[in-house]
Amino acid sequence: MSTFLGLPSLRSRGAHSSGGTGVLPEHAPVGSDVPHPDAPLRWGTTFPDAARAALGNTQLRRNLAHATSTIRDKRAAVVGEVPDWEELRDAGAAIKAHVMTNLPDLLAQFEEAFTARGGTVHWARDAAEANRIVADLVKATGETEVVKVKSMVTQEIGLNEALAEEGIAAFETDLAELIVQLADDMPSHILVPAIHRNRSEIREIFLERMEHTPEGMTDAPRELAMAARAHLRRKFLSAKVAISGANFAVAETGTLTVVESEGNGRMCLTLPETLITVMGIEKIVPTFADLEVFMQLLPRSSTGERMNPYTSLWTGVTPGDGPQDVHLVLLDNGRTRALSDDVGRAALTCIRCSACLNVCPVYERVGGHAYGSVYPGPIGAILTPQLTGSTGHSDPNSTLPYASTLCGACYEVCPVKIDIPALLVHLRAKSVEEDRARNRPTAWGAAMKAASFVMADAGRFATAEKGLALGRIVAGRSGRISSLPFPGSLWTEARDLPAPPKETFRRWWERTHPDTSDGERS
Amino acid sequence: MNARTEILGRVRRALEGVRGHQAAEVPVVRDYRLVGDLAPGSSEAIDVLVDRLDDYKAHVHRVETSETVTALLGEILAETTSVVVPPGLEPHWLDGLTSGTTVRTDTVDAPLSALELDEIDAVVTAARVAVADTGTIVLDGSPDQGRRAITLVPDVHVCIVRADQVVHSVPEGVTILAAHPERPQTWISGPSATSDIELSRVEGVHGPRTLHVVIVG
Repeated sequence: MSTFLGLPSLRSRGAHSSGGTGVLPEHAPVGSDVPHPDAPLRWGTTFPDAARAALGNTQLRRNLAHATSTIRDKRAAVVGEVPDWEELRDAGAAIKAHVMTNLPDLLAQFEEAFTARGGTVHWARDAAEANRIVADLVKATGETEVVKVKSMVTQEIGLNEALAEEGIAAFETDLAELIVQLADDMPSHILVPAIHRNRSEIREIFLERMEHTPEGMTDAPRELAMAARAHLRRKFLSAKVAISGANFAVAETGTLTVVESEGNGRMCLTLPETLITVMGIEKIVPTFADLEVFMQLLPRSSTGERMNPYTSLWTGVTPGDGPQDVHLVLLDNGRTRALSDDVGRAALTCIRCSACLNVCPVYERVGGHAYGSVYPGPIGAILTPQLTGSTGHSDPNSTLPYASTLCGACYEVCPVKIDIPALLVHLRAKSVEEDRARNRPTAWGAAMKAASFVMADAGRFATAEKGLALGRIVAGRSGRISSLPFPGSLWTEARDLPAPPKETFRRWWERTHPDTSDGERS
Repeated sequence: MNARTEILGRVRRALEGVRGHQAAEVPVVRDYRLVGDLAPGSSEAIDVLVDRLDDYKAHVHRVETSETVTALLGEILAETTSVVVPPGLEPHWLDGLTSGTTVRTDTVDAPLSALELDEIDAVVTAARVAVADTGTIVLDGSPDQGRRAITLVPDVHVCIVRADQVVHSVPEGVTILAAHPERPQTWISGPSATSDIELSRVEGVHGPRTLHVVIVG
């Protein structure tokens, strides 16, 4: 048994809780070089730099390859047995598109229904405002500890860290979130935040950071899950305040929905006295019947199950059953920015299933941390830069739309048919336009200008072709050019350049058609 | 300006910026199956439900009549020392329990605390609807299903479903549930589970680790 280091640490650096009993001195991440970000939507370096570093981590690649191939197979099997899958996707996409264009009315309708049932709705323009609202609500209860259901949006706003600064300890209760929190790490996947960890790493994290791990605990997933159950049980039974996200909010009835597997969600949504839900404004669906579409699309796309083990629905307060003090914080935080782009807004229709991550050849190799945002993978590459906006060329988020081969696998699996490759191209074009507006020469623009100068004249083109022989020397035996001096480096820092062929087409024609070559030229 | 006014204003401005978005409104076409192929309560629909529940590692029992539930519960809960039930549960179902089993009734007016529920071994409830296609049982807090906490904290949940409550598809189930959307609902598809470690599924985490489904009729 290793030294007890205590309950989950809060990932704040330097600003520690005075009130929470479970808060301990800070410590370094376990076996991780992921820094704790100040900005959960923008941390680290550019994608190419982060990807290069991640590609050097063979353990990470092995963990990811195993996990993503497992989930891909499961998803394919359960999607394949649904005869009307395409019709469900069409309906899901259409409902979400309808939501986007009718958002003001639907939000007002939801607010009215939820409030009529005893719930309280709060509105937050940005992360800081949402965190302030939640912290004040928790403080009003007099509690210094809260339990949390896994929630992407609370990751997005850095809620745990903000609460820590207010002396409130937030305990993640989803197994993967618990692993991430114990390791002082960052999530690397929307659904399985600890997908970058294998069982033996998780065992190490538990032994080092979790209270009362069982004697002789092996790295069998069952034993690790049971250790987590024991660890969290007392927390659940005594918690007075819970914080959740929401998968869907039904406008006509004021109903909130949380989709989960472990029962930690039910524990948080049922046992405490106060429930605070944080949700992006885009999560609305118009009618209760719309759940029949999304509750078929989401579980099969995300965990590859016909249905997830538990789904909870609540409509304001139910007297005598569950929390009697129920709040919802509706969050903008860049969503209206994305909404104002009539192409880009499709990213807001995402239901966070993570199928696009699991099929992405780029994600599978570099993992989630390389994207520098709590929203990684293909959806993250289109969502993150739209939520934050770009501060210009040096902004790491401006590289995200390029974090793709445009192979299209993400679009194929998306349950709400977000055309991610088209959005990536759209965002790339937008960044080129923005650069042009700033009168900044782009690599692409410079290359095209040079090419058009050379190709406009046969003599210049022939001269340029002679230079290609040099490329073969640079490429050497591998046949690939991996690093060129500027401005060629703008290309080769992200991808190799194949060596030019031994012979150009024009030389080959001259050699094989000696009789016609003169005539062709004249 | 308060946050509500400002956010709604931002949303409206974002939408106005889109050329002719009103005209571009696409109707929601529902070409998916609203009704499954198998009739509600049919033996074929029940077979599908059983197949799905087996897959989730739930324990499935089939009995002919409500009377036979009594003996079956006696068998399932033979080793159980304490059971909690909702107020509206069919009383004779519990007649087969041994004298060593304490039965407590949880009501909205006299609810058991989470710590009290943690001392109880098992819970017996009815259900609102079952969806065969996905192996899903839904509780909506009706008097024979009880408060959400009672089906959450005890480690064994025995859920009794009438055959006529079994529908084939998710849309059929949602149609039934839409009659009372205000009720707190819990959709249960097998015992609690996690796939968070290397995507390998482990049944039984925080919710009841053992789920028995009794199909009557």
